[in-house]
Amino acid sequence: MPHRWGMTVDLDRCTGCEACVVACQAENNISTVGPVEASRGRAKHWMRVERYWEGEFPDVQLKFRPVLCQQCDVAPCEPVCPTYASSHTDEGLNAQIYNRCIGTRYCANACSYNVRFFNFYNPVWEKPLHLQLNPDVSIREQGVMEKCTFCIQRINAGKIDAAANDRELRDGDISPACVQSCTANALVFGDLNDPESAVSRLSRSPRGSKLLEDLGTQPKVTYLERGSWQESAGTRNG
Amino acid sequence: MADRLASDLLRPVFQTTGKFYALVAVLGGIVLCGAAAWGYQLYYGFGVTGYNWPVYWALHETNFVFWIGISHAGTLISAILRLVNATWRRPVTRCAEIITAFALMIGAMFPIIHLGRPWLAFFLIPYPSERGIWPNYRSPLVWDFFAINTYLLSSLLFLALPMIPDFALIRDRAAGLRKKVYSLLSMGWQGTPKQWHRLESAMHIMALAILPIAVSVHTIVSFDFSMAVVPMWHSTIFGPYFVAGAIFSGIAALIVVMALLRKALHLEAYLLPLHFENLGKLLLLMSLLWGYFVFNERLTVWYGNSPHEMNVFWSTQTGDFAPFFWTMVLCNFVIPFPLLAIKKLRSISTAVIASCCVVAGMWLERFLIIVPSLARKSTSYSWGTYTPEWTEIIIMVASFAAMALLYVLVSKLVPIISIWELKVGEHPKSKVPAVVREEETTAAGELL
Repeated sequence: MPHRWGMTVDLDRCTGCEACVVACQAENNISTVGPVEASRGRAKHWMRVERYWEGEFPDVQLKFRPVLCQQCDVAPCEPVCPTYASSHTDEGLNAQIYNRCIGTRYCANACSYNVRFFNFYNPVWEKPLHLQLNPDVSIREQGVMEKCTFCIQRINAGKIDAAANDRELRDGDISPACVQSCTANALVFGDLNDPESAVSRLSRSPRGSKLLEDLGTQPKVTYLERGSWQESAGTRNG
Repeated sequence: MADRLASDLLRPVFQTTGKFYALVAVLGGIVLCGAAAWGYQLYYGFGVTGYNWPVYWALHETNFVFWIGISHAGTLISAILRLVNATWRRPVTRCAEIITAFALMIGAMFPIIHLGRPWLAFFLIPYPSERGIWPNYRSPLVWDFFAINTYLLSSLLFLALPMIPDFALIRDRAAGLRKKVYSLLSMGWQGTPKQWHRLESAMHIMALAILPIAVSVHTIVSFDFSMAVVPMWHSTIFGPYFVAGAIFSGIAALIVVMALLRKALHLEAYLLPLHFENLGKLLLLMSLLWGYFVFNERLTVWYGNSPHEMNVFWSTQTGDFAPFFWTMVLCNFVIPFPLLAIKKLRSISTAVIASCCVVAGMWLERFLIIVPSLARKSTSYSWGTYTPEWTEIIIMVASFAAMALLYVLVSKLVPIISIWELKVGEHPKSKVPAVVREEETTAAGELL
């Protein structure tokens, strides 16, 4: 059975430290654009931590929600791409084929989660960041869309390593940069087709929900959060 | 009679004034500025525009939809008028068909201008690639590619067919290189009954065929938006709404162009107040229809009260985009309605004022469909806004100049009013081919 990669994001654990954001930026050669361009909405964050304030001052609550590509099973970004640059892999990932992308940006408009980013300029890195580029990840040129890949280079490396050592891929062999760097262990990655994997077990948690689930996109990222009704009932699920 | 027709209408073709060169220079200069702005965008990157996350479609796409809408002036209106055999249509049809051809050419450039990597636009063509990759037929952009090309091809044919007898007329009067060129263009037209019969049937077939094509084109353009699960894009009303809007803006553009031609080429004897009044009535009808569609679209969203859609809804009714929305309502309905509906107010100048308002209002409508939805997508964290930069504004202005330039140039090449169709109109009782043939030969005879 092919793999079906998924992730759980435990909002009860997330501290909003944004280590995942930095790790993603470094791992995937995501170019920074500087403060001026960032303020114009040109920053690229395959992983971002959304902050939502709830309530009125002084009784306010801050909530963090790390948002990355939800790797939808029914992805709105895929059918709209005229050139198949945005397409589904056998392992359920929403892949972006940079060489095939002509930059219509239709995928980004269709995506309900706004997790696709356009390269408004050719990428540049402030010195000395140019010395730390990841050789396993290709650089995207001007006019091309890019997005979270679930660190596909790490998935492939994990599979090659397992094959070279003549063994099956084990749960936890592969972890994307964001998962690896999460200090609170809020992010868990794995194979949803393996019912015993940590991510499968967590995905079945009653605390789980999908982002914008009503749109029918069937995301493979599950958010875990204790609901207010659970708190009031004094239960501690998950 | 025939001679007066021909000499009046052929004058711009044979006589070139200094004004013509000045106009071509000014318009050509603006078009070159637009080309330079696109070059600037290509060279420095798409970042020189005001586009941003999350508003990834904005002014270029607005202009695309706007110009494709304007293109419905022609073909659709002229085809309908031909099919219902409205006799007053005769001086109007060619004006309209020319708008169609040029508006389509200009409109079809915007999907290329808006690409991140326009040099790879050929990926949309289903060419035999060595890797066996085809375009994605599930994508509305691919549907667009085929729909617009079909429409462009058929409207060029629809434009060129009734030009043949007029090309022959110029051929008979011209000398030298011009005679050779027009001999080629008129494709051996002699005005025999057989040829007239074939032209008439071909025109009839084209008029019938082009109606569904025109309707489908703007429906497919609307699918670019309505197929995506984006608040207030994902609507079943978009197909007919876009087609109605397209015809609406098309008639308005036609009235403006006709008024300009009337002044510039001294066509007061041909483009009569009657034509403006009739087109004004059509515009009034479309204004009502457009108002009905907007009311429908807004009411169902408001009544449905879906939180995602309401964010877009209020941003256009009372929020950031409200000034544009209410200007649109003013331009598309409040101003044109009394100007066109009240009989005492009807005149050429009021029709032109109403039409200018409608053209501006319909441009705003396209903008308001595209941008607010993207600025207010489903999660409030990723809300944004959009302010255009000079790059896309210059390109937009240049697109209007390009329309004017092409129109000025084409008025040099063909009579802007179909001469043979007018002649047929002046002898309504006779059978078409014989009369025109007679006229044709006498006209040629007098010349010789």
